[in-house]
Amino acid sequence: MLILLTAHLLMALAAPTLVAWLGRRAYLLLALAPASAAGWALSHTSAVTAGDGPVEVVEWVPGLSLELAFRLDTLSWLMVLLVGGVGALVLVYSSAYFSPRAGGLGRFAGVLVAFAGAMLGLVASDDLLLLYVFWELTTVFSYLLIGHYADRKASRRAAMQAIVITTAGGLAMLVGLVLLGHGAGSYRLSDVIADPPGGTLATVAVLLLLAGAATKSALIPLHFWLPAAMAAPTPVSAYLHAAAMVKAGVYLVARFAPAYADLTAWRVVVLTLGCGTLLLGGYRALRQHDLKLVLAFGTVSQLGLLVLLVGYGTRAAALAGLALLGAHAMFKASLFLVVGVVDAATGTRDLRRLSGVGRALPITATAGALATASMIGLPPFAGYVAKEAALEALWHDDDGGWAGAVVLAAVVVGSALTAAYGLRLFWGAFARKKAPAADGFAAVSRPSLVLVAPAMTLALLGIAVAAVPGAGDELLSPFASTYPRGEAGHLTLWAGLTPTLGLTVAVLAGGLTLFLLRDRVERAQARVSRAPDADAVYRRTMRRLDDVAADVTAVTQRGSLPFYLSAILVVLVALTGWALVTGTELPATVRLADSPVQVVVATLVVVAAVLAARSRRRLKSVVLLGASGYGVAILFLVHGAPDLALTQVLVETITLVVFVLVLRRLPPYFSDRPLARSRWLRLAIAFAVGGTVGIMALVAPGARMHPPQSVPFPEEAVAFGGGKNIVNVVLVDIRAWDTMGEIAVLLVAATGVASLIFLQRRSGDIHRLDDVDQHAEARVWGGGPDVGAALRVPAPTPADGRHGREATGPVTVGMAARRSRAWLRAEETLAPQRRSVIFEVVTRLLFHTMVVVAVYLLFAGHNAPGGGFAAGLVVGIALIVRYLAGGRYELGEAAPVHPGLLLGTGLFLSAGVGLVALLAGGEVLQSTIVDIPVPVIGTLHLVTSLFFDMGVFLVVVGLVLDVLRSLGAEIDRRAELEGGDAGGSEHGVGGTVPRRSGTSDGAASARASGATSSSVRSTEEVAP
Amino acid sequence: MIDPDMTPNLLLVVVVVALVTTGVYLLLERSLTRVIIGLVLIGNGVNVLFLLSGGRAGGAPIVGTTPVEEMSDPLPQAMVLTAIVITLGMTAFLLAMAYRSWQLNRHDEVQDDLEDRRIARMAAADQPAFEDDTQDTRTDLEVEAAEARDETGDREDEQEVVRT
Repeated sequence: MLILLTAHLLMALAAPTLVAWLGRRAYLLLALAPASAAGWALSHTSAVTAGDGPVEVVEWVPGLSLELAFRLDTLSWLMVLLVGGVGALVLVYSSAYFSPRAGGLGRFAGVLVAFAGAMLGLVASDDLLLLYVFWELTTVFSYLLIGHYADRKASRRAAMQAIVITTAGGLAMLVGLVLLGHGAGSYRLSDVIADPPGGTLATVAVLLLLAGAATKSALIPLHFWLPAAMAAPTPVSAYLHAAAMVKAGVYLVARFAPAYADLTAWRVVVLTLGCGTLLLGGYRALRQHDLKLVLAFGTVSQLGLLVLLVGYGTRAAALAGLALLGAHAMFKASLFLVVGVVDAATGTRDLRRLSGVGRALPITATAGALATASMIGLPPFAGYVAKEAALEALWHDDDGGWAGAVVLAAVVVGSALTAAYGLRLFWGAFARKKAPAADGFAAVSRPSLVLVAPAMTLALLGIAVAAVPGAGDELLSPFASTYPRGEAGHLTLWAGLTPTLGLTVAVLAGGLTLFLLRDRVERAQARVSRAPDADAVYRRTMRRLDDVAADVTAVTQRGSLPFYLSAILVVLVALTGWALVTGTELPATVRLADSPVQVVVATLVVVAAVLAARSRRRLKSVVLLGASGYGVAILFLVHGAPDLALTQVLVETITLVVFVLVLRRLPPYFSDRPLARSRWLRLAIAFAVGGTVGIMALVAPGARMHPPQSVPFPEEAVAFGGGKNIVNVVLVDIRAWDTMGEIAVLLVAATGVASLIFLQRRSGDIHRLDDVDQHAEARVWGGGPDVGAALRVPAPTPADGRHGREATGPVTVGMAARRSRAWLRAEETLAPQRRSVIFEVVTRLLFHTMVVVAVYLLFAGHNAPGGGFAAGLVVGIALIVRYLAGGRYELGEAAPVHPGLLLGTGLFLSAGVGLVALLAGGEVLQSTIVDIPVPVIGTLHLVTSLFFDMGVFLVVVGLVLDVLRSLGAEIDRRAELEGGDAGGSEHGVGGTVPRRSGTSDGAASARASGATSSSVRSTEEVAP
Repeated sequence: MIDPDMTPNLLLVVVVVALVTTGVYLLLERSLTRVIIGLVLIGNGVNVLFLLSGGRAGGAPIVGTTPVEEMSDPLPQAMVLTAIVITLGMTAFLLAMAYRSWQLNRHDEVQDDLEDRRIARMAAADQPAFEDDTQDTRTDLEVEAAEARDETGDREDEQEVVRT
C-alpha cells in the first residue's frame, strides 16, 4: 500500500519532466500508476472476499495517534478498483484528448496522478485522521484541476467555490472524526466501526460526518459546486466529478452506515438529502442544453440515490448501493468521455447545435448508447441489475414504514427522470434533428481510436459484469452483510414476474414519456419561477462575509501604532494582573536598599527618566536618557555585576552618539500635541503597566521553587569552561547557543540599518584618502558660517600641500613634512572650521590605547570582567572617536573593511568553533582546553571558546561600524551632495554637537572656536 | 549561592516601576524618537527586574575573587548582558527608520496605516467590500459552460498552422 502511494507520488513529481520529454504520450506511461493500484486490488480479490484483506500499519505521529494504517475490505476493494481502473483509462484518454500544443499539460498530468494517489489513500486508509488528510488532499487537487484554465474567470470562481464548500464540510467532518475517535478511545477506523460510541456525542459526531459527506458528494443544498466544476477539462469531469472524488462522500456514508444507520438523526438526514438530491438533480438535468451540464446534474441526482441506498440501513439496499456504485462509475465516466469525444470532434457541446453526429462517429455513438442504456436501467446492463436490486430491497423492507414508502416513490420518480435525461442526452449528442440551431458546427473530425477506446471499454464492462450477477453478489455481499438490518439481497438479471418488474416498466415508460414531451417539459420548467437558487444564496453569503470581514477589520485594525500597543499593554495588565492577584501574595518583608550609594544612584535614574519623558526637546531627552542609563550601570555594579556595568556604560555611550548622529537631521523639538485627553489615557496605561510590573518585581523573587540553575556554575566554569568569570563562561560555553542566536540578531540589525540608509546596496564604498579629489576644497562637515576664518593662519594653498602626489621638487618635501606632522591621517579633508587640534591630538593618543584595552578585555574576559561584547564595544567607541575627530575619511582609514565582512566572519568563527568541537568528537560548541608551553611567558592557557568570543567581538565591531558608516558617513555624504549643511543647522541642532559631546576636551575646544560656539549656543540655549 | 533570603529590594522595585512607567508613556507617542527613548527606558527597567528576580546583591561572580556563597547569580547577568547589546542593535535600527521617515516625509511621526484607514472609511460609509460584476447569476452556469472549451485536437499539424 505504501509502495503504491509512493509510486503515485513519484509519478506525480516526475510527470512534468516526462511530459516535457515525451509530449502527451507521457500520459500513457503515467497511466501505469493507477493501473497498478487496480491490479493490486484485483490480486487480493479472493483474500478480500474471505474477509482477509491486506492490512498495513506504520507509526507516523504517535503523539496524535496518527498512524499510516491501511486495510483492504470489500468496500475499499471496490473503490480502489474504480479509482485505479477509471484513473488509468482517463489518463490514456487524456493522451489523445488534449492538443499536443495545449498549455500546462505537465502540471495537469502531475496533479491528476497525485489526485489518484490521494484518492487511493482515502479509500484504503484505516485511520480516522489519515482519512481526513487524504480527504483534504483530494479537495486541494480537485481545486487545482477545476482551476486548470486559470486564465478564465469562470474556472477560478468554480474552483474557489468548490474548495470553500468542500473544505468547510471537511472541517466539520474532522471535528466529527475527532469526537468519534475520542469517544471510542481509538482512531483506528475498523475499531470504531466494530465498537461504535453512542449517546449524544455520537449523534453530534455523525451529523458532522454527514455534513462532510454531503459537501463532498454534492448533496442539496450544497450541490451547486458540482455543475460549476464542469469548467474543468472533460477528463477531470469524468474522473473526479463522476467516478472518484464525489464518491468519497458515498464512501464515507457506506463506511459508517453499519454502525449508525439506525440512528434517527442519521435516517432523517440521509433519507431527506438523498431523496431531495435525487429528484432535484434529475429535474434540473432535463432542461440543460450543454451535454456536460446534463451529465453533471445527472451525477448530482445519482449521488443522491447512492447515498440513499448505502445509507438506508438494510443489507439488500446496501448491496444494491454497492452495485450501483460500480455501475455508475462505469457508465457515467464513459458518458463524460463520449461527450468529450463529441466536443473535440465538433467543437460544441450544445445539444441544440449538434445534429447527425451519430452517423459520423458510429463507434463513439455505440459506446454512448451502451453507457446510456446502463444508466437508464435497461436490461441486460449493470445499471439495470443495480436498480432492480434497489427497487427489490425497498419493496421488501417491511420495517421501513411510511418513510420506506416515500423513499421507494422517490426512487421510482428519480429513475424515471434518469431515463428521461439519459434519452435526452443520447438524442442530443447523436441524433439527426429536424431543426438544429442555425449556428451548428463546422465539421466532424474523426477522433483517434485511443480517444474512443476508454469509453468503449467502460461501456462494455457494463455488460460484462451484468452477465455474471452471481459473481457480483459473491464479491460485494461480504460488506453488505455487515449492515445491521434486513435480509441479504441478491443481484440478478431475471427475478421473474415480480412487482418490481412492474415498477421498472413504469419507470421506463415514464422516462420515455418525459423524453417525448421534452419541449413541453423544458417550457414548463422555464415558466416555474425558480425557487431561491442555491448558487445565488452562496454568492450572497460570501459577499456578506466579505462585508463583515471588512467591518471587523475596520474596528480592530485601526492602523494606529499607539492603538495596537495600548491593546497589547492592556492585555498584559489584565492577564498578568489577574494572575498576580489570584495566584500570588506579596512578600512579608522587603529590604529597603543595599547601600547608600544605591539610594543616590536610584534617585538619579528615576529623576532622569521622568525628566526625559517630560522633555519637549529631542537632544535634552536623549541626554537624560543617557544619564539614566549610566545610573543603571552603577546599580549593576552595586548589585555585583561588573560585566553588566561595563557593557552598560559602553552601550550607553554608543547609543548616545548614534542618537545624536540621527537627531542632527531631525527637528529640535517634538511636535506639539495638545491632545490632553489622549495624554491622560497614555499616562493611565503607563501607570497601570508600571504598577503591574512593580508587583511582579515584588513577587518574583519569592516565587522561586527550585534551586537556581546556576548553583553548579562556579565549579563547571572552571572545570569544563576553563574560565573564572562565570558570566563570560555562561555566554561563550554553557549557553553558547543563546549567544549565537543573539549575535545573529545583531547581524540582522546591522544589515537592516545599512539597508535602510544605503537602500540599494548592502553598504557603500569605503571612503579612503586616495579617493579624495585632490583639487577640491576640504569640505567634510563644511557649510555654515565660518566666523573663525579670519583668525586662522592662511591654509597652505593647494599647489604646495594637498597636491603632493602630482607636484615635484621641494613641494613634495613640504607635503611629506605636513603628512608627518598630521595628527590624524584624514584631517586635511575636514572643513577648516570643523577642525579641533586638541581633539585630534587626544584621538591620536587614545585610539591605539583603546584598541589595546579592547584586546586585553577580549583575552582577559574569560577570567575577569570583559569578554567579546565589551571588547567589541570598546573598539566601536575607538572608531567613533576617530570618526568624530576626522570625519568619514578618517573612519575609512581607521577601519578599511566592509562591515559585512566583519559580521560574516564573526558569525562564521562562532559557528565554526562549534563545528570544530563536533568534528573533534564532542558536542556542538563544547570547549576544549589546551595548555601550550611558551618559553619566557610560561604556559599559555588556551580555551577554544576564546575563538567563539572573537566571533562575538567581530560581530559587535561590525555592528558599530555599520551604524557609523550608515548613520554617520553616508548621511554626511548626502548632505554634502545636497549642498546643505551636514550639521543640519537649519534645524538648530549643530552638526558639531555629535563631535564634541564625546569628550570634555572636545567641548573645550569647541568653546575655543567662535564658529562652533555659536552653533552650540543655538542648539542648547536659544529656542527657535 | 542558594540564598533562602529572597527578600526583594524595594529601592530597585521603585527603579523598575519608574523606568517602565516613563518608558510606556513614551512608547505610546507618535514621534518615533520618543518611541525609541521609551523602548530603551523599558529595556533598562526590565534588565533591572531580571537582576532583582535573580536574588540579592552579592560579589562579582568571578571564581577566586568572591567566595562562592557570596556571589550574585550569574545566569540572569549573562542574559541581561546580551539584552543590553541587542537593545543597542534595535535602537540603531529604529533610528535608521526614523531617519528614513524624515528623508521621505520630513518628520518622524508614525503615521496610520493607509490601507487600514481606507477600510475604516469604507466601513464607516457602509460601502460594499466587493465589486459586484455578476449580479445576474441566473444564466451564469449555462453561459459559462458554453464558453468553457478544452484545448483539444489530434492533429499535429495544427501547431504549424498556428505558427504561420
